[in-house]
Amino acid sequence: MIDLSVNIGALALKNPVMTASGTFGYGTEFADFVDLNRLGGIIVKGTTLEPRQGNPYPRMAETAQGMLNCVGLQNKGVDYFCEHIYPEVRNLQTAVLVNVSGNSPENYAECARRIAALEDIPAIELNISCPNVKQGGMAFGVTPEGAASVVKAVRKAYPKTLIVKLSPNVTSIADIARAVEAEGADAVSLINTLMGMAIDAERRKPVLSIGTGGLSGPAVKPVALRMVWQVYDAVKIPIVGLGGIMNATDAIEFMLAGATAIEIGTANFIDPSVTIKVIDGIQDYLSRHGFASAKDIIGAAH
Amino acid sequence: MKKYILDLNVKQISAPRPGYALLQLTDTTAALPPMAPGQFVEVRVDASPSTFLRRPISINLVDRQANEIWLLVHEVGDGTRAMAQLQAGDTLNVVLPLGNGFTMPAAGATTQDYLLVGGGVGTAPLLYLGQELKALGHKPTFLLGARSANDLLQLEAFQALGEVHVTTEDGSMGEQGFVTQHSLWNSARYDRICTCGPKPMMVAVARLAREKGIACEASLENLMACGLGACLCCVEDTTEGNVCVCKEGPVFNTEKLKWL
Repeated sequence: MIDLSVNIGALALKNPVMTASGTFGYGTEFADFVDLNRLGGIIVKGTTLEPRQGNPYPRMAETAQGMLNCVGLQNKGVDYFCEHIYPEVRNLQTAVLVNVSGNSPENYAECARRIAALEDIPAIELNISCPNVKQGGMAFGVTPEGAASVVKAVRKAYPKTLIVKLSPNVTSIADIARAVEAEGADAVSLINTLMGMAIDAERRKPVLSIGTGGLSGPAVKPVALRMVWQVYDAVKIPIVGLGGIMNATDAIEFMLAGATAIEIGTANFIDPSVTIKVIDGIQDYLSRHGFASAKDIIGAAH
Repeated sequence: MKKYILDLNVKQISAPRPGYALLQLTDTTAALPPMAPGQFVEVRVDASPSTFLRRPISINLVDRQANEIWLLVHEVGDGTRAMAQLQAGDTLNVVLPLGNGFTMPAAGATTQDYLLVGGGVGTAPLLYLGQELKALGHKPTFLLGARSANDLLQLEAFQALGEVHVTTEDGSMGEQGFVTQHSLWNSARYDRICTCGPKPMMVAVARLAREKGIACEASLENLMACGLGACLCCVEDTTEGNVCVCKEGPVFNTEKLKWL
């Protein structure tokens, strides 16, 4: 019997496969395709203290082996989540995590405090890396000082497992990872989307409503893998790896590079049942190579 | 309605007009699941870096006897061109049925007069809608617009379901002009209007419907990624804020849209 379980700080996951924020709704949207209780975890979409309308349409552009989006954290706010979504997801037999965003350290901390009160949410993922909002988001995630300031404020307000989602749009992601580790983050997840853009040659205009957006999908995988590799050497806290994972082999590569768990994002749009295939594929791989536990391959390529 | 990921078999593919492909798909292993007029499918187009995402395509027709679903595809980009290259016997992976369809008359309602207004390839879902309305004993009337007679698709299939009125911009068939200029509006008395086509046409139809006090629904075609309400890319600005066309639509009561 192969043990698929992994631990992110105090958070025990039944397997390393989670869904990335903003790509899996609240899980319920995929219930026809996936037995949600088989997942390692579900990270629900970016939640802010106040409701947000997000950016105007168009918010999406297809690119070679990927896509750009500039959704801009559209959500109904943390109180709506607590009252209306939480009761729907709290009894799932998987870890349900909330991705938290904000526009000031205090604002992040207040949102995190309200999530902390929810008994069946064991962890949050702090989004200091959204490239699509003017205020906050990536602004905090691109300097060690900015990242540290948010983590410091949230750490005081949030006693459970705190995962900090890092931006790849930086010179040294290892420096940012060290800064958030020093402020008490329990784990880091990486990467958020890479900032990019698309231009419509016929109209001679940017495709996206705000000009730029975040690139995701297989196109970013080599960049993400390299960053997981570098951060593994830089910090002691666990890493959650994501960026263009389309299948079990991709997921295993991230674990070999140093990820304790992984998130599947854009691939959910191509194959809504992909998460289950990745779980089964990791199990097959471990069996084929004689590993007793998923933990045995974490960082094994170093 | 429960959603499925299915590998469908291409039973037949034809080109009703140059630049268009009609795919008749079947499930060789089971009866096709329930699907409502106005719902859509997300098609996986394989093998090209530029067709990474699925393509949302409206349901053109469901033929229960033949266990077929029809997709009418306008070749406008790499994805739709690749779909047009499929051969009978090929497999096509689809997610279906997605979104909410047109409002059907209540069970047991007296005969309802529906005016179905389509433009270009937007006529596609109106065929299935017309078929289901007729099957339930209601009366679909079609008003179809196109650039020229050459761009009108599936006319005979529409004519088998109800009265068909046509406008063409060049006057090569029916009345010359846009659908909203057709003479039938002078005496229009319908219980409901359903429209699908280019946005300016749907806006004009929605305005006319409001003027005449007739309930109107429009099927939107915003750019989509997931088709499931997860990515929030296909939003439309409505009286309830930004909502996903894929999940809350694609069919909307036009009074909910900020077009008018």
